[in-house]
Amino acid sequence: MNSYLDTDELGFYGDFGGAYIPELLRPNIEELEQAFSYYRNDAQFIDEYKSLLKDYVGRPTPLYFSAKLSATFGAKIYLKREDLCHTGAHKVNNTIGQILLAKRMGKSTIIAETGAGQHGVATATACALSGMECKVFMGEKDIERQAPNVLRMNYLGAEVIPAVSGSKTLKDATNEAIRYWINHPETFYLIGSVVGPHPYPKMVAEFQSIISEEIRQQLLEKEGRRNPDIVIACVGGGSNAAGAFYHFYDVPEVQLIAVEAAGEGVMTGKSAATSALGTPGVIHGSMTLLMQDQDGQITEPHSISAGLDYPGIGPLHAHTISSGRVQAIAVTDNEALEAAHALALTEGIIPALETAHALGALNQLTLNPDDVVVINLSGRGDKDLETIAKFINKTS
Amino acid sequence: MKLKTTHPLLSIFLTAGYPQLNDLPRQLALLEKYGVDFVEVGIPFSDPLADGPVIQESSTIALKNGMQLSLIFQQLKAVNTSVPLVLMGYLNPILQFGMDRFLAEANHVGVKHVVLPDLSIEIYERSYKEIFDHYGVTPCFLVTPKTSDDRIRKAARLSEKGFVYLVSTNATTGSQHLTTLNLQERYREVKSLCGATPVIMGFGIRDKATFEAATVDVDGAIIGSAFIQALGSGKEEEFLAQLKSPK
Repeated sequence: MNSYLDTDELGFYGDFGGAYIPELLRPNIEELEQAFSYYRNDAQFIDEYKSLLKDYVGRPTPLYFSAKLSATFGAKIYLKREDLCHTGAHKVNNTIGQILLAKRMGKSTIIAETGAGQHGVATATACALSGMECKVFMGEKDIERQAPNVLRMNYLGAEVIPAVSGSKTLKDATNEAIRYWINHPETFYLIGSVVGPHPYPKMVAEFQSIISEEIRQQLLEKEGRRNPDIVIACVGGGSNAAGAFYHFYDVPEVQLIAVEAAGEGVMTGKSAATSALGTPGVIHGSMTLLMQDQDGQITEPHSISAGLDYPGIGPLHAHTISSGRVQAIAVTDNEALEAAHALALTEGIIPALETAHALGALNQLTLNPDDVVVINLSGRGDKDLETIAKFINKTS
Repeated sequence: MKLKTTHPLLSIFLTAGYPQLNDLPRQLALLEKYGVDFVEVGIPFSDPLADGPVIQESSTIALKNGMQLSLIFQQLKAVNTSVPLVLMGYLNPILQFGMDRFLAEANHVGVKHVVLPDLSIEIYERSYKEIFDHYGVTPCFLVTPKTSDDRIRKAARLSEKGFVYLVSTNATTGSQHLTTLNLQERYREVKSLCGATPVIMGFGIRDKATFEAATVDVDGAIIGSAFIQALGSGKEEEFLAQLKSPK
């Protein structure tokens, strides 16, 4: 049976994906692919990964029925509480998996890129746990707007290296990480999202698939069925969405909604709504949808949320959105801020601004009272309080 | 271009549109005057992730100057030079321009060779070989000392009407297990694996001494960042004069 998750022998999901990398990185990619395809089926590896997810990360994360959101929007709305993972977001599911792989590959230095800093913190955490050296590349602008996470990374023993080129955000942090990797091929590049050259998108999606695996079990207990009607997740590169959608891609009756950052509005020129504004092209080693001008120069995105402030999207998402399997919705900075505050006031949960975009999508949907909706609450919002405070000061 | 390999080939890389938008014709004339064997014309890109800071900066400035692929072709059309030209660039601007149109234009201005560092042999063979063949344009593939023998042979076969671009090193220490001595031995192996296809070395070549050292084992070498720096400070003629005497 054909699955949306299948890749061909060059790592393409349909027209998207592949490995568009300089020859210098070829040995690294081949080494990684071999290790990944071996250990993903290795019982001992899987045991170690699963037991760390349970005892260290704190999985399974709860599937929480939100009575308030359900009443407001007229459906049965559940929140998958990835914000309760150790380090405060889903990112750690992937970093634990990759660090175990890196260890088996005999690596001792880890490099990573980060936007909101959640992946950086999750990487620094995994490195501290396994005694690895850790260097995190982060855009200068993000260092400023996500200061608490920079502190956390430093406190965990990681070195945070500012990326000062381009828009000084996630795209540029990724460029710098890849550049460093080219010059230091002995390091392990721990990518935080379902982006980059094959096999990264596939590997990261697999490590995040635990999210939908748990949703299926938990929903069976709560609703007597494994499949919800709708799953909603925010998408920057798209790792939390890939994890939340994973086991539902091939179940056509489950509606999958990817929420992108509209920034100040999709058509304002200050947006990060990649699937709406993007066209096929190559970024960070894969063919995907990306925001670019007519000359193929990559344009600078905008979102209040550092984790969604990225001009590309994972190739799996490009494939599933282009083919119509996944519906993309765009939510603005303001809508996200409102949705975040509403959740804080009514449920006592402060979501990350990334996650708030998924919540903001509820306004755009027509729901039936019987609909079972799962929103992936990908991360907590402590890191965003400064951004939120600035916004409140600006508007009040 | 038919590369003569009777002497070590000197190639110079420059970024089109740097430091000024319309510098390319003047730069090409100068390179011709100094008997450079072929010139790599770099297509600027917003996110050149395989390049160091000097070339990145030149790319950013060229884009700010308004350089774009169609203008490069316009400038090349107007140029009358006997120096063979190679176009070098990242895939994305070329894909937006259209691969078909890119190769047609290249052919039209007499460019027979391109270097596309982020296009792998596998993706080339699957998606683009046919159209390259149609326009008679040769991709010159990159190899490194760590590339497998089979892959080097394959690159040499696909690039036989051009050259193989040997990236001199992975630029790092420790894990490479390649000392200077056996690195040189590996260069000679690469040369022999490539058979009749010329091998041109790039990365880290910056003056006469490094050029001469590089071309002991292979057919030629490319100078990039060092020439870009010279362009930036307006000292390109002095730079070339220390490499070669003018014709």
